Amino acid sequence: MAKHKTPLLDQLESGPWPSFVSDIKQEAESRAKNEKGLDYQIPADCPEDLLGVLELSFSDGETHWKHGGIVGVFGYGGGVIGRYCDQPEQFPGVAHFHTIRVAQPAGKFYTTKFLRDICDLWELRGSGLTNMHGATGDIVLLGTQTPQLEEIFFELTHNLNNDLGGSGSNLRTPAACMGKSRCEYACYDSQELCYNLTQEYQDELHRPAFPYKFKFKFDACPNGCVAAIARSDLSFLGTWRDNIRVDQEAVAAYVGGEIAPNAGAHAGRDWGKFDIVKEVVDLCPSKAISYEDGKLAINDKECVRCMHCINTMPRALRIGEDTGCSILCGAKAPILDGPQMGSLLVPFIEVNKDDDYQAIKDVVEGVWDWWMEEGKNRERIGETMKRLGFAALAKAAGVPIDARQVQEPRHNPYIFWKAEEVEGGWERSIDDFRKRHQR
Amino acid sequence: MAFISSGYNPEKPMENRITDIGPQHFTEFLQPVIKKNFGKWLYHEILEPGILKHVAESGDAVYTVRCGTARLMTVSHIREICDIADEWCDGYLRFTTRNNIEFMLEDEGKAKDLKKFLNSQKFPAGSLKFPVGGTGAGVTNIVHTQGWVHCHTPATDASGTVKATMDAVFDQFTDMKLPAPVRISMACCLNMCGAVHCSDIAILGIHRKPPIIDHKYLDNLCEIPLAVAACPTGAVRPSKVEVDGETYKTVAIKEERCMFCGNCYTMCPSLPLADKEGDGIALMVGGKVSNRMSKPAFSKVVVPFIPNNPPRWPEMTDVITRILNAYSEGANKYERLGDWATRIGWERFFEVCDLEFTEHLIDDFRDPAYYTWRQTTQFKW
Repeated sequence: MAKHKTPLLDQLESGPWPSFVSDIKQEAESRAKNEKGLDYQIPADCPEDLLGVLELSFSDGETHWKHGGIVGVFGYGGGVIGRYCDQPEQFPGVAHFHTIRVAQPAGKFYTTKFLRDICDLWELRGSGLTNMHGATGDIVLLGTQTPQLEEIFFELTHNLNNDLGGSGSNLRTPAACMGKSRCEYACYDSQELCYNLTQEYQDELHRPAFPYKFKFKFDACPNGCVAAIARSDLSFLGTWRDNIRVDQEAVAAYVGGEIAPNAGAHAGRDWGKFDIVKEVVDLCPSKAISYEDGKLAINDKECVRCMHCINTMPRALRIGEDTGCSILCGAKAPILDGPQMGSLLVPFIEVNKDDDYQAIKDVVEGVWDWWMEEGKNRERIGETMKRLGFAALAKAAGVPIDARQVQEPRHNPYIFWKAEEVEGGWERSIDDFRKRHQR
Repeated sequence: MAFISSGYNPEKPMENRITDIGPQHFTEFLQPVIKKNFGKWLYHEILEPGILKHVAESGDAVYTVRCGTARLMTVSHIREICDIADEWCDGYLRFTTRNNIEFMLEDEGKAKDLKKFLNSQKFPAGSLKFPVGGTGAGVTNIVHTQGWVHCHTPATDASGTVKATMDAVFDQFTDMKLPAPVRISMACCLNMCGAVHCSDIAILGIHRKPPIIDHKYLDNLCEIPLAVAACPTGAVRPSKVEVDGETYKTVAIKEERCMFCGNCYTMCPSLPLADKEGDGIALMVGGKVSNRMSKPAFSKVVVPFIPNNPPRWPEMTDVITRILNAYSEGANKYERLGDWATRIGWERFFEVCDLEFTEHLIDDFRDPAYYTWRQTTQFKW
């Protein structure tokens, strides 16, 4: 018998898509039965109370969670988000219901051993409810109480060899696409770079010292599966400088209809016979492709590496071999000053594991030093850039100015010239001036 | 309940303490064929909805079966996922950025059998546990935020709106009939911890009533200068009020300047915005993050407000379905939703989607607003 009646939530149990309500109910049932005889460290009926408080929100149209308090583990300023219910008498099981962020492995590959260990830990010491995964990429454990925090952290680090993720004004848990693990488009090893920078900057991740949050995301190609360009303060997008590799026989196979275009992504509808001119040549954004006499030619100097031709004919075309990444800076959601996309800061940088990615770390640290010096409280780097100008950012990052950094040149002549840029400097005598011009 | 110690000694917090170790290295978790062919992949194909084949230079192939999940999941559910991975995939699996699960196998026949098995697994009340799909030119799983499940600032629920939407567009998840991929994202307030601002379709919770001021408690709970500084439009200023004969230090709000972002509430719990009638959903469309053909783009607001109507938000799913249908009929192959709308013109987009265009859809927030107005006589009747 359910602890709370949930007539509104029950309506989310029908329909084909997996029902989170059904899932929470099965957890509630499992905890009530407790076949393993666990001594649950937080109230066993918390999933029932979560459904109860959610039903209340569904009927009164308002949330019943309060601001987080300051909770966490010793020595860290992030990784735990305090959460308290504003109807604790009605729902005592979720009166204190803190979130824990657990750092996910790059690319989110798992063994069942690791996931089962997380489940065992979280069944005993938490609600048994999770997000796989949070929006930034962490494994999110939803709901535990303050006395369990150090215990969970101890078990995570000692038994699972894993750390907490980031929260607050610090480096948030970096996230990478699956990269070279299983993708032929990967221009660099996004997982290794993500792992390396995550380890290098553990202090920045756990101990808030920044004006506001800071995110790294790693997309190994311009397709952008982890949305780095839209969502990360520094985004690392794979690219190349040489030529797209072309297999003319495979091109002919696409033209002849032997291979489905775009890896078969459009198979659900009859789009007619593949037309290489209409579907590839004409759609190239920089008009760098031609198809004549059964041969595909790419003018690589004019190519902007948008990936369309490669996505459309993945068996015929491959990314170049002189690969690395572009670094973009300043993406963020609209709060507060409107949305920002990452702006191209470094057109190309080598992703070199042999020197421990030093060139990339130099850029990262230059950007951080400047932002920590100049940024206002709760100002994302994207906003600092807008306030102080792109050139100031580039200088701080030690990045040379390059026409590739802009869409087009400025629309106004209000250039902030500096004295040292002007012949003779700015020191002038009014007396000299008056010798030439009467008052 | 008896407290069970992990081994942590609260008297000596630094004893045996392990910190700053980060996540484990990802190679600890790679399926053997994935590990062997790391960086040596040649091409991939989608064999049927939800099944991918990746072929490596070595000739090895790996077959991936992708299925959707509610990202809010319990340990019971995760263990069931682990049981499946143990039985079919030697104990390996992967989650995608969009909350799908990927099971990787080395045999095509087995992958197809696994798809059948996954599609047959249901919760007792009838919903599927592991619907296979989310590949190619269709709708994949929705990324979303916490909503009423676990957050203090939402203007709507996240899991509920996502479940309602995925039920309504389910056929587009299991098939690949659309002109291009459609990425739907959900954020339950303007903070957008889900960063939905570059999605083909974004479902966004919004408030419409300015904060209520809890004068008697504000000065005890909040730093007034921080609450004042938090307001992007300068609508909050320090003030004093008299309540029941006592004077309290508090803030005053110029309500006509409020853009309902909730940033003040984030800084000060004495300024709540949530309200049953004020809160609801805005729909934004036409964003993308890929560099394919066109540049990455922001989503645009096309419906300024839809009331919260839980548990299934029918007015919201109706509009989403209408937009998807119009896009499906009108767009060219490979054309993303925003590129289609730009090509036909946004004035035409509102016509073919049967949506009303109102003054709320004309940007009036700071400089970028100007660049969204029309500075040409080129338009369509």
